[in-house]
Amino acid sequence: MDKRTNIIELRHITKTYEDGFSAVTDFNLEVKQGEFITFLGPSGCGKTTTLRMIAGFDIPTEGEILLNGKPITSLPPNKRPINTVFQRYALFPHMNIFDNIAFGLKQRKMPKRVIEKKVKKALELVDLEGFENRKTDTLSGGQQQRVAIARAVVNEPQILLLDEPLGALDLKMRKEMQLELKEMHRELGITFIYVTHDQEEALTMSDKIVVMSEGKMQQIGTPEDIYNEPVNAFVADFIGDSNIFNGIMTGKLKARFCGGEFVCVDDIEEGTHITAVVRPEDVILVPTEHGIIRGIVTSVIFKGMHYEITVESGKNEIVAQSVNSAKVGDRVGVMVKPDNIHIMLAEDHTNIFKAEINKNYELEYNGRMLDARLTDLIPGSRLDEDGCVLDVNGLEIDRQKTRVMVSIQPQDIRMTDEIEEGLVQGYISNLIYKGDHYSYVIHTDLEQDFVVDDEYLWNMEDQVGLLMPEEKMTFTVKR
Amino acid sequence: MIHKIWKSAVVVVVLLFLYLPILVLSVYSFTDASNIGTFREFSIENYVTLFTTPELVRMILGTIALALSAAALATILGTLGAIGAFYSKKGMASAITTLNQVPVVNADVVTGFSICILLVVVLGVSKDTFVPLIAGHVTLCAPFVFLSVIPKLKQMDSSIYEAALDLGATPAAALVKVVVPQILPGIVSGFALAVTLSLDDYFVATYTKPATFDTISTYVVNATKGAQTTIKTALWALSTVLFLAVTLFVVVMNVRAEKRNKERNSV
Amino acid sequence: MKKMKFSRKILGIPYAVFLLLFVAAPLFVLLYYAFTNGEGRFTTANLTGFFSDPNTLGTLFYSFGIAVVTTGVCLLLAYPAAYILATSKLKAKSVLMMLFIIPMWINFSLRITALKEILTWMEGNLACHPFLNTVIGMSYDFLPFMILPIYTTISRLDGALLEAARDLGAGEAQAFLKVTLPLSLPGIISGVSMVFLPAMTNYVVLDMLYNSTYIMGSLIGSYFAAYNWHGGSMIALILLAVICLFTLFTSGMEEENTRGGTLL
Repeated sequence: MDKRTNIIELRHITKTYEDGFSAVTDFNLEVKQGEFITFLGPSGCGKTTTLRMIAGFDIPTEGEILLNGKPITSLPPNKRPINTVFQRYALFPHMNIFDNIAFGLKQRKMPKRVIEKKVKKALELVDLEGFENRKTDTLSGGQQQRVAIARAVVNEPQILLLDEPLGALDLKMRKEMQLELKEMHRELGITFIYVTHDQEEALTMSDKIVVMSEGKMQQIGTPEDIYNEPVNAFVADFIGDSNIFNGIMTGKLKARFCGGEFVCVDDIEEGTHITAVVRPEDVILVPTEHGIIRGIVTSVIFKGMHYEITVESGKNEIVAQSVNSAKVGDRVGVMVKPDNIHIMLAEDHTNIFKAEINKNYELEYNGRMLDARLTDLIPGSRLDEDGCVLDVNGLEIDRQKTRVMVSIQPQDIRMTDEIEEGLVQGYISNLIYKGDHYSYVIHTDLEQDFVVDDEYLWNMEDQVGLLMPEEKMTFTVKR
Repeated sequence: MIHKIWKSAVVVVVLLFLYLPILVLSVYSFTDASNIGTFREFSIENYVTLFTTPELVRMILGTIALALSAAALATILGTLGAIGAFYSKKGMASAITTLNQVPVVNADVVTGFSICILLVVVLGVSKDTFVPLIAGHVTLCAPFVFLSVIPKLKQMDSSIYEAALDLGATPAAALVKVVVPQILPGIVSGFALAVTLSLDDYFVATYTKPATFDTISTYVVNATKGAQTTIKTALWALSTVLFLAVTLFVVVMNVRAEKRNKERNSV
Repeated sequence: MKKMKFSRKILGIPYAVFLLLFVAAPLFVLLYYAFTNGEGRFTTANLTGFFSDPNTLGTLFYSFGIAVVTTGVCLLLAYPAAYILATSKLKAKSVLMMLFIIPMWINFSLRITALKEILTWMEGNLACHPFLNTVIGMSYDFLPFMILPIYTTISRLDGALLEAARDLGAGEAQAFLKVTLPLSLPGIISGVSMVFLPAMTNYVVLDMLYNSTYIMGSLIGSYFAAYNWHGGSMIALILLAVICLFTLFTSGMEEENTRGGTLL
């Protein structure tokens, strides 16, 4: 148990804008003295808004923020012992480096001698000795970033907030700065609250990660926790590469997903809908006869340390990392050790499947065309004269590397006897009565399991078609 | 080659059209002629008259004082208004922007006349208090200050104001130390524009000025209709002086800008 | 405890109040006066009076004619000059451009005085050719306002567009007609609006040149001189209506043009 005191606490924080949009909903967090904590999530998840509320730029519509146990919820930013490193640095263009760094100290009316000494020390900390008289626009991005950090830490804040500080730097610079920031955190001993959408950055740097999505906290934990024990499909998908499958418990320590029955270590009641997560490095490719499921290798990419091998089994796709190569077209078996299968209760039973992009850049599933257009799904993309889809930078979109995932809720799918009418066909492999409706699992001809809610009773093993109205589908594109 | 000559000819003709009257007048201002074409002898009499006739000196100084004070007021109001509107909610901001646009597109005659009606006729303010005149000129100038400050606010990185607050500056200090320096070029050019607008104005002044006070414009308009030759030719001198002053000002500004550009490039 | 928070919004209040007092209020007063008579009763006599008096109607059309011709003359003089300057490779072109702008900074009444002296020397009595002299005087006064926006737009044109047009087989004339001219339209529009409106209302130019006041703006002046606030207000209101129409027209054109621009 961590005995250190909470430096900052967020209690039931909600931020709703005038147009009714809630950027953050009922957010609770305790941060310990000296921690390096990271808010991680896709853009628009509310992480920057939360940071701005801690800094004092935004005031929560509900809830309370405590600093060292005292409420600071509506204290203006200039009264808080908290400093921020801004996304695009926000250096004052009309001042030289010295005046930029000295700005905070001058506000506190410190004697000139002290200011000079502190600025010098701050510049040493960020390796920019002798830069006092330079103008901000003569510095490179990395140097401006260092000045922004020096300008914040020179005030000896209790908490340093960093809002995607490395976002504007190139990859090499970013890696360097990650290490330096980590080192600086150790040296200064103050609390860092860091915002990023880069999961790798979060995993390398943080003591604790808060994964956020749609204004809500999804999970909080150490990088290891978050990586190994994601609490839901969103976290599993966002952190690292993972294979995520919908499935159902079929017996004690037995789960059925991805067209096979796997032994697992999580003791969950039979018949429960689950989400199974398997990290690519835990997928073992074996000769077909030893595999729990079998499939065909569809792609092999050399990644330096290992090969990334994609295996297609029915309509399921399993990504494996292996030191041994394989050949496209090979038939292989797939095995996963029980303790490498991470089973989560499916808090929702959203059905997720992959749509194909055909050579005309149309989406199809099970050989049927979908109405959704790729150009509407990828922001900034457009169709060129040859019928190819170009992305925002004008580059042709690679049909092999782009994955379009479709999700649809169980209550939005209808079953029909006219099986050919359905987008996909299958048989009912499981049913549970849920009080006011039945929850069915349909095992499709494409070896996938769909969860469907229906108020009428159907029989086990019934052949059905699944009607999925396209307006109920949500599309996500991964490139 | 012929092409080039044609092109130069066009430019020269347009320039001649713009400058010939002023230049000819300048030459004649150094003679004792009372009409153009009747060339006589060199004389600086016009300049002596210009700077020694109390009526003329008072008129020139009055115009300058009016321009400076109206421009200063307009700059303060317009700048504050721009900052306020920029940070206001959309409805408020667009209301201010729309009203601001009215004097810009409106004919000066209408602006001057409507202010005269409101202040002098309806509210009974005496023109001798200079209130209608100053109010009129500020109304004429402030919208242009507003318009030259707004783009600077838009160009400014919005997070630097927050950065200043974050570093412990009060909102007022953040505004003065960080925002104002960023928009200063806009404020300065707004002020310069305000001064020229006020100096050049005739219509607002005629409807709002005290009967005993004259700006250069109202004075010159009356003088050209009158037959007093010494005053008329003294105005030739005034136009020469103004022409030289403006040219000098423009040259100095350009040289300074060039210098600054060179400095920046060398860094 | 809730403290009064300083907000940047409140900085706008003085200016908002100022605008209400000196921009909005005068317009309402104008409206009130235009539709009342000396006893403060509602009347449309001022309006019907304007449109039934051949003298005032004639003035409206005459001013309109002067404004159209002046704008045309300015455009004809300004466009070639601005175009030549903006596309020239002369090093001194910014200096040359300054020469076109300097007159804007000199008091217009002094410049008109100079013009009057020259014209009088050339023609004798200026009142003999009132229309011609009015157009010359106004063009002389407003020309820089037409040159500046056109010059700015043309010099901001992407040179690559012209090269692309030439590359695609357009001759020099065609490249100008198909690329430069349409793209410089925003400059032309803003120049036209800066010349047309003053040309309709700036009666001092005529007044100074040959003591005539036969133009829209001067009607206000004459009512003003006669202390007839009601008639003056109506003229001002009618002018305002013309200005509104004109502004709507030009901003509509500008919008259409920028929309066309994004298509390119």
